[in-house]
Amino acid sequence: MTLYALSGKIKITESLGQILVDFEFIEKFTPMYLEAARLTVLIGAAGIVLAAAVGLLCALVKYYRVPVARQIVSAYIELSRNTPLIVQLFFLYFGLPKAGIRLSSEVCGIIGLAFLGGSYMAESFLGGLTSVGKIQLESAESLGLRRHQVMNLIVIPQAGAVAAPAVCANVIFLLKETSVFSAVSLADLMYVAKDLIGMYYNTGEALLMLVVAYLALILPISVIFAILERRLRRGRS
Amino acid sequence: MPETEHIIDINGLVKRFNGTAVIDGIDLSVSKGEVVVLIGPSGCGKSTLLRCINGLEPIDAGTVTLHGEPVVHNSRNLYKIRQKIGMVFQSYDLFPHLTVLKNIMLAPMKVQKRSKEEIRAEALKLLERVGLSDKAESFPSELSGGQKQRVAICRSLIMNPEIMLLDEITAALDPEMVHEVLDVVLDLAKNGTTMLIVTHEMAFAKAAADRIVFIDGGVIVEESEPDEFFTAPKTERAKKFLKTFTYSR
Ligand SMILES: Nc1ncnc2c1ncn2[C@@H]1O[C@H](COP(=O)(O)OP(=O)(O)OP(=O)(O)O)[C@@H](O)[C@H]1O
Ligand SMILES: [Mg+2]
Repeated sequence: MTLYALSGKIKITESLGQILVDFEFIEKFTPMYLEAARLTVLIGAAGIVLAAAVGLLCALVKYYRVPVARQIVSAYIELSRNTPLIVQLFFLYFGLPKAGIRLSSEVCGIIGLAFLGGSYMAESFLGGLTSVGKIQLESAESLGLRRHQVMNLIVIPQAGAVAAPAVCANVIFLLKETSVFSAVSLADLMYVAKDLIGMYYNTGEALLMLVVAYLALILPISVIFAILERRLRRGRS
Repeated sequence: MPETEHIIDINGLVKRFNGTAVIDGIDLSVSKGEVVVLIGPSGCGKSTLLRCINGLEPIDAGTVTLHGEPVVHNSRNLYKIRQKIGMVFQSYDLFPHLTVLKNIMLAPMKVQKRSKEEIRAEALKLLERVGLSDKAESFPSELSGGQKQRVAICRSLIMNPEIMLLDEITAALDPEMVHEVLDVVLDLAKNGTTMLIVTHEMAFAKAAADRIVFIDGGVIVEESEPDEFFTAPKTERAKKFLKTFTYSR
């Protein structure tokens, strides 16, 4: 689809058979994209960190089977996982003001991402925690380690290694999800691209820059995660 | 002062799972330096008994004490008592994310807060004793089952426990590895380590035990010296149990 859109706007000079892109346009609006990328990264990072915190808390509640809180967490996870981010954002941005709570686009973005990501992170962390067998806990306790030592020295290192790939996948998933932020008027990459297309009809260039911007943001993270994962696996087996 | 110092005292122990008594009134004491071997048919409650001694299970009646101190599941000072009780399980339970040396050094460092150098030296000595000096820097995944169990024994021993509880530590091993592990245990037995051992290896039980305790149906059916138990068991149930072994040989 992107390619189709691109071909529509790329001008081909017949004499040279050369592809010409409107470099002037790209040069002119690169700063806008950079600014939007900065915003995407900031909101994305804040949302993801918060999502990880929410996820960890929820995972611990489920792991320790905390009464009542456990049921609340389960309900939250179902709600979070089975509604689209854009709906969650609409609720925050257009719904809450009806109840007298008005949040800025930025805050909506962060909370929305944390709300969505929290459940994914919770499941990943919980998967890691429950992968550590009962026998590991009992052997550690038998040695006289205290509960918190068992957690810190035995469970978390093993759970972390198991959860890491899933957590990395969540980070990338959530970064990509930020592309719906424009729906609540957040001037992110998607927003800028839509804006430029609307104003100048340079659809090809605008989309090209959008794709490049997302790739530049996410590809390095993917590569770093892949390297880390490989190292983690090598260390354990 | 009594003539022999009791390490473990179990009085009227009852343990139920979902209403059925798995341990139905057991009295048992283990004295310092004594090696007691628990035998009995599968499911008779041997593992459960060891787990109760270590506070891994809540008990329904009776008491378990270590040097007179009650061992109570989930009690505040349980971790202190557990430092004095070494336990090795049937399944290989080394910490997979730590090297052999770190597996052994973890508890004395974090629990007893002894100096790292001293612990390291002792850990290496223990590894030498069980013939695994060259494996100090290996990860558990690089060891055979028999090697893992020998490391698990070292990991418990370094805490200088008052008693070692061994629960069928060779049951999951290939036959050729059973020997190397039992040799280590026998060596401990001969050197005065107090132990309560669950095993299905009758020849080993005979060689290592000071006393055989035969359990069936959650109660002690017979308690005697190994020679007597294996040559002239007093009860019908013990006779029947022993027959299942001679038959399989
Ligand atoms: N956590 C548990 N919940 C319910 N029942 C249990 C539990 N643990 C053990 N049991 C039951 O208690 C009985 C005794 O189990 P235990 O593991 O102590 O036997 P055992 O003598 O060690 O047997 P084996 O020689 O096969 O290891 C068995 O019938 C078992 O099914
Ligand atoms: Mg058992």
